[in-house]
Amino acid sequence: MRVLLSAVIVMLTACATPDVAVLLPGADGKTGAVAVKQKGAEALLDSPYAFAQSRLSGHPRTGHSNASEVQRSFGAALASMPPAPVSFTVYFLSGSDEFTDESKVEVEKLLAEMARRPAPEITVIGHTDRVGTQRMNDDLSLQRAERVRELLAKSGIDAGKITVSARGEREPLIPTADDVPEPRNRRVEVNVR
Amino acid sequence: MKTLLHSSALLAFCFALSSTSVSAAEVGKIKVSTGAVYIERAAQRLPAPVGAEVLASDTIVTGENGSAGITFIDNSRLSIGPNSVLAIDRLNFDQTTHDGAFDTSLKRGTLSVISGKIAKRSPDAMTVRTPSMILGVRGTEFVVRAGE
Repeated sequence: MRVLLSAVIVMLTACATPDVAVLLPGADGKTGAVAVKQKGAEALLDSPYAFAQSRLSGHPRTGHSNASEVQRSFGAALASMPPAPVSFTVYFLSGSDEFTDESKVEVEKLLAEMARRPAPEITVIGHTDRVGTQRMNDDLSLQRAERVRELLAKSGIDAGKITVSARGEREPLIPTADDVPEPRNRRVEVNVR
Repeated sequence: MKTLLHSSALLAFCFALSSTSVSAAEVGKIKVSTGAVYIERAAQRLPAPVGAEVLASDTIVTGENGSAGITFIDNSRLSIGPNSVLAIDRLNFDQTTHDGAFDTSLKRGTLSVISGKIAKRSPDAMTVRTPSMILGVRGTEFVVRAGE
């Protein structure tokens, strides 16, 4: 009798807090999918707030939760989610490391974003169009990337957190024949994490 | 004989060294840290303020009023609530091809996930384990609680 009782108690405590997974609608309005496996059984969560809960039987229970339930159980974790990584593109005048006028606004936005982020990590990648030799463009793309790095460093960002690379004319945004000027390829991408 | 013993001990030592340096790659950064948050690395318990590096094979631990958010090198983001234990079991990521593998275990508490480039590239490449379930992440946002 006592053995039975303690077995029941063990089962009840195990039931008290099962494992739970809840799929959430994405920030972009799309909902992804998560495949949940418990022992042999599998459940696919693929609609907003679909959940799976582990059971002693080894077959997860499935159903739907809602935003307020999720907030109640997971509020603290959700509130600590870091900001989404973002990308900026800065464009340059032909053959030069001078920003276009439009890009000066983008640079301001970039600096404001950096200031707001906790422990920002930055990747700066320079590119050119296909005017000139590959060798010249390798140098120019690095010069453009360095220009952006200097600007970030000047605004107070620790230069050690900035990774600089240069791709020359190898990764055009708009593919063109050689020696074709293309303003959209004269750019520096800045990824902020 | 003594020399042999000596050299095999040295070899074992070198192996240990090289394996530490492999697993010591930085795979993420603490971006949010509230209340008591620690990183367990080897047998040590280190503080985990904003900006702290997270290595593959670290375990992130929060206290009663702690919570933490981490951004990883593939742009996936994970955050944990109070009384939580999250182990980073594996993270490999190729910046060029976006191939990789990302496995974590939530041993206790609550976890919120927004998957990144690894899960996008291949639907079986990211998993989250709880004490009794394995989640295969196809994308993108979900929450998990580990039972007790």
